[in-house]
Amino acid sequence: MKLITAIIKPFKLDDVRESLSTVGVQGITVTEVKGFGRQKGHTELYRGAEYVVDFLPKVKIEIGVDDAVAERVIDAICKAANTGKIGDGKIFVFDMEEAIRIRTGETGAEAL
Amino acid sequence: MMIRTMQSAFLMAALVCPTLALAQETSQLSAGDTAWMLTATALVLFMTIPGLSLFYAGMVRSKNVLSVMMQCFAMTSLMTVLWMVYGYSLAFDATGMEAGVTNFHSFVGGFDKVFLSGMTVDSLSGTIPESVFMTFQMTFAIITPALIVGAFAERMKFSAMLVFMVLWFTLCYTPIAHMVWGGDGALMWDWGVLDFAGGTVVHINAGIAGLVACLVIGKRRGFPSVAMTPHNLTFTLIGASMLWVGWFGFNAGSELAADGTAGMAMAVTQIATATAALSWMFSEWLSHGKPSALGIASGAVSGLVAITPASGTAGPMGALLIGFASGVLCFLASTKLKRALGYDDSLDVFGVHAVGGIVGAILTGLCVDVSLGGAGLADGMTIASQLWVQCKGVIFTIAYTGILSFILLKLVDVIIGLRVSDEQETQGLDITLHNERGYSL
Repeated sequence: MKLITAIIKPFKLDDVRESLSTVGVQGITVTEVKGFGRQKGHTELYRGAEYVVDFLPKVKIEIGVDDAVAERVIDAICKAANTGKIGDGKIFVFDMEEAIRIRTGETGAEAL
Repeated sequence: MMIRTMQSAFLMAALVCPTLALAQETSQLSAGDTAWMLTATALVLFMTIPGLSLFYAGMVRSKNVLSVMMQCFAMTSLMTVLWMVYGYSLAFDATGMEAGVTNFHSFVGGFDKVFLSGMTVDSLSGTIPESVFMTFQMTFAIITPALIVGAFAERMKFSAMLVFMVLWFTLCYTPIAHMVWGGDGALMWDWGVLDFAGGTVVHINAGIAGLVACLVIGKRRGFPSVAMTPHNLTFTLIGASMLWVGWFGFNAGSELAADGTAGMAMAVTQIATATAALSWMFSEWLSHGKPSALGIASGAVSGLVAITPASGTAGPMGALLIGFASGVLCFLASTKLKRALGYDDSLDVFGVHAVGGIVGAILTGLCVDVSLGGAGLADGMTIASQLWVQCKGVIFTIAYTGILSFILLKLVDVIIGLRVSDEQETQGLDITLHNERGYSL
């Protein structure tokens, strides 16, 4: 099993969610996060006082998937979240040891 | 039974007395003027709470939102009581005044109206009840100290602020109001200074006190390297809009009557404000690349400030000129000048109110001339001589308020200390001074 973590542009969240459902993903976890990468921050100006905002708002998505569908899921995120402009985000893939559905106690792929 | 008897007694009295009362008063009291002045008074109060409170609250950080709103609210309450007890008397009592004679009472009124003594339901001031005149002027005494709050926002002790404001109201506000509006025998009135609605009394006065206060108290911790971004500019825009609406009471109400001058004051107020909003917005667009919401709102307030002294004498062309000049100059003062000099006037009380007030006060001397559509110069005055009189009023007010504010602040600093501790400042004044938070989201 894999844990896929994607950092994407906030306005792409709906597109990504839709494309994930089409490849059969049943659930995701979404967090609003801040960070910086090559896009860097932006400046804000209030009555001439300039402030550099280093951290930009992004959305982090976490999905646990079976090895068999991992490639398709990564593909789906890549396509849906891509704008071609700097700051589109990143995807990190981890090996996942175990998954448990709390209600039933099911484990492994059954629990995803 | 008792109540019913009293009711019928009142009915009888009401049937008989009004005719008697009216017969005595109709020659003087104007119902139209009174109705407008009741409305104008409410409009000016509305400028401070909630107008100015919101305008300021949006510009501070969220940890200090309540502190500035509370300071405005406390000023409203405190100044009301002080005005009732002695402020009205010191500003408007005419004891000992003689036209053309400079004596002690050219500077400050007497004590004959302390506790509003002598004011009854029948007392008149011109064509309106004295109670309405007194309350109308009270709302000016409220907003002036409340304006100063913006200069030392986010770092002054609430207790020290209260003590300073009592002293400042007593020694700066009431005397300047008296000198400008006291009538024959008052210092600046006799000089011929034109200040229809308080450019000098309210705005230069508050703006200079604000500058002195932020210099004496010192910069906020981290200024200017730490980001101190406004926490809710929607508040600021709503507040600025309320100030704009309320200002019709301020300027058109200063005519103290519902007549042509009041109508023209309303028109020029609207024109100057809109022009200043645009000129600040375009100045910012040109020099910083983008037009900002804070900029257009600040521009509107600078225009309101600048047209204030001229609103009873300028015409529409004058309003256009005053609006344009104040938008550009207040923009430069609040951005370039402030950065060059490095003082931390948190919410630009100096940049908007003092600079706008000075621009307005001086241009009032120009725009009063009939060639610019104004009401016309007084007999024997030329544009040059009126401009000099206006400058004299500005210079005197800056010197008087600047020096006295400095002394009063130093005094309060010695007695109770002006500033909160570093830890309190970092945590925010809402939680450390008031045990509350503005937001529990």
